[in-house]
Amino acid sequence: MSTPIAPIPPQATPATSLLKTLGLVSTVCGLIIVGAYQGTYDAAAANRRLALERTVFKVVPAAKSMTEWQATPQGIRPAGGEAVAGAVKFYVAYDAAGDLAGIAAEGAAKGYADTVRILYGYSPACQCITGFGLVSSKETPGIGDKIVTDKAFLANFAALDVKLNAELSALANEVRAVKHGSKANPWEIDAIAGATVTSRAVGKAINDSAQRLLPRLVPEIEKLRKKES
Amino acid sequence: MSEIAQARTFDEFMEGIWRQNPVFVMVLGMCPVLAVSVSAVNALSMGLATMFVLVCSCGLVSLIRKIVPKEVRIATYIVIIATFVTVVDYVIQAVSLEIYEALGAFIQLIVVNCIILGRAEAHASKHPPLTAMVNAMGMSIGFVIGLFALGAVREVLGAGTLFGFSLFGPNFQPWVVMVLPPGGFIVLGGWLLLFSALKRRKEVRLAAQGGGHGA
Amino acid sequence: MTVQTEIRSAPHIKGPRSVEQIMANVVYSLLPVCAFFVYQYGISAAASILVVTASCLLAERAFVRTGTQAGSLSDFSATITGLLLALTLPPGFPLWMGVVAGFSAIALGKALFGGIGFNVFNPALVGRAFVQAAFPAAIATYTPSFLPGRFTQFIPSSLAWPLMAPADTAAWLKAMHFDALASATPLAKWKFEGTLTAAGDLLTSLAGHMAVGPSPVLILVCGAYLALRRFMDWRIPAAVLGSAGLTAWLIFAVGGTKYPDPFFMLFSGGLILGAVYMATDMATSPVTPRGMWVYGGLIGVLTVVIRYYSGLPEGVMYAILIGNAATPLIERITQPTPFGKGASIRARKSASYTLHPDYISREEAGAKTPKKRFFKNKPKQ
Repeated sequence: MSTPIAPIPPQATPATSLLKTLGLVSTVCGLIIVGAYQGTYDAAAANRRLALERTVFKVVPAAKSMTEWQATPQGIRPAGGEAVAGAVKFYVAYDAAGDLAGIAAEGAAKGYADTVRILYGYSPACQCITGFGLVSSKETPGIGDKIVTDKAFLANFAALDVKLNAELSALANEVRAVKHGSKANPWEIDAIAGATVTSRAVGKAINDSAQRLLPRLVPEIEKLRKKES
Repeated sequence: MSEIAQARTFDEFMEGIWRQNPVFVMVLGMCPVLAVSVSAVNALSMGLATMFVLVCSCGLVSLIRKIVPKEVRIATYIVIIATFVTVVDYVIQAVSLEIYEALGAFIQLIVVNCIILGRAEAHASKHPPLTAMVNAMGMSIGFVIGLFALGAVREVLGAGTLFGFSLFGPNFQPWVVMVLPPGGFIVLGGWLLLFSALKRRKEVRLAAQGGGHGA
Repeated sequence: MTVQTEIRSAPHIKGPRSVEQIMANVVYSLLPVCAFFVYQYGISAAASILVVTASCLLAERAFVRTGTQAGSLSDFSATITGLLLALTLPPGFPLWMGVVAGFSAIALGKALFGGIGFNVFNPALVGRAFVQAAFPAAIATYTPSFLPGRFTQFIPSSLAWPLMAPADTAAWLKAMHFDALASATPLAKWKFEGTLTAAGDLLTSLAGHMAVGPSPVLILVCGAYLALRRFMDWRIPAAVLGSAGLTAWLIFAVGGTKYPDPFFMLFSGGLILGAVYMATDMATSPVTPRGMWVYGGLIGVLTVVIRYYSGLPEGVMYAILIGNAATPLIERITQPTPFGKGASIRARKSASYTLHPDYISREEAGAKTPKKRFFKNKPKQ
């Protein structure tokens, strides 16, 4: 037939019907989301704690348990309660006997691709860094990510000196990465040849974080000697 | 009768896997395909997450297809899809934090994966729930296959491993470019080349057969 | 029998010169350079040249056969790609990686675009860029030239098993009493250690155990042969070297001791090889004379900028690839003005001397030239 069919005028759906449908769908979806959140909350929290513990225990090898603290300008105290401006979070790790095994804290600095976030272990006994682990980085695979695999580079962190100066106000010597093969002092990091930028980022991350944390932490380190039961 | 129905269901299922494979034929949803296919595990988990979202939301969309007014259908579909993406987000966090971090923002970005909205709009809103879900299942299996094909090649060349197991021993020389974004494009290009070559071959053969019959 | 009449646009008179002839001459002119490379690094270099070129030829053959690209093996273009690619790779580059480089040069650099004459980027540099991205460590591992046993033994990294990491050349060099610095290229030494190599030594490549490519002097001589026989346009190398030298000199004059002198910049790395043989690739460089100057100038400036201000010690490769990418645009804005259509007519109108009216056609005398901006001779759609 060649008679053109007149287009059917679109029927306007009443607003109440639209609202009803949207309301119904939103309710169902809301219920699904709440259910999923409740169902997975415990497992997800446990996962996150485990991941954090794993990293902390890696940089403080003797550790068996840990607690979270924060260092405020007024002194250190366990984490929780209201947030204080300028507080630095750190983790206190204890060994099996409940003695202080070490301190772990997070540091971050700009690397080659993006911010390199690391967690480093601090040993109060030798006043030095005893190791570090990567929290997140987007460094070039095969080059920048050598910082966690290169044996010579990791050897820098066997005992990286972070002693405080006499007034306990800052580090006695700034931690920094130096060109490959020119490490002369215990507070210098021998950079990986070809990954100098990332190596420097690790040095800067440790330095920035230690400069803020240690002057507050070291005077009160006695508070942390024993694990509170 | 039931045989025809079965055959049709099977057709619906195979459509996404082969004839309209979302990765190799329709080239849809390339953003997660290129970004997370660095390793086979990442690719598979991304594929499974998408599968869950796709099947569930197609099912739900199909269930309510008769009561949703035309004016608000897109809004409704997006709410439904976003819901299931949120669920997947929580579930992955609970299952493995490592995978969650490796996939990063791409889990949340499943919401805007055009395969899902496309299926909801083009198929699920016009078919009964079972057909819609079977079709969605086929589509997402096709998507998983595509992701896995990319992820496996990139992991084997980029790290010398498959699912984390070393294939070539400790002395393997990784191809750094394969885990970088250009590697994703190159491998995808290689697969597309292979598929279009296969397709053309089939067409040539069919044409030859058809010509023979005609004569 | 029908007589085939071919109707085609100008040019109707062509020189007695074919693609094959030009390409063959480029290959001949490259042979002394390759010989010098082998003289410097021995059988490792010879094997590298052979393997890379063979893999280029095989890839070319495969793609021509499957109908993916036009051309044939006998046009020598794949041979040139292979030889140039081998010359840009370190002599101890693992041979299996050389195969990867050769294959990707032809596949990604040439077949993808449809074969000879259609490629947008220089295929040899595409191959090099691919392996640089894939194997950044291996491509930065150089060895000193003129090692004592170079004609009897391979550099250990050359003979790595396929897919396996190459052997450590540092230990091998140590056994021959070379320190770690001996295997750094002059550019890397300058960038990471701050030591300069004398420009005169770089010019001949003959002074001691340096990790350098074939002598720039030799490359210039071979290039001069091509330029004199008009197989290559002299403008591009002149523009590249001129602008690189000028930029380096400017920075040197302003920045002083922090930066190396312009002669070091010119003769180190692959700048001369790139300027003479790679930037001049016919399919990927502009055809307009003014465009050649722009193109060469761009490459020269980019090279110096990348060398000075990026994380990489060498920038010739990326500079030329960027230049290749800019070529269509450069050609568009540097179209020569067809005879009689230039700005000169307008200028003459306002000039004080009067043209004899007989010389000007009527239309032209009264013609109003529409105002044109920027793209003076935009090709008609």
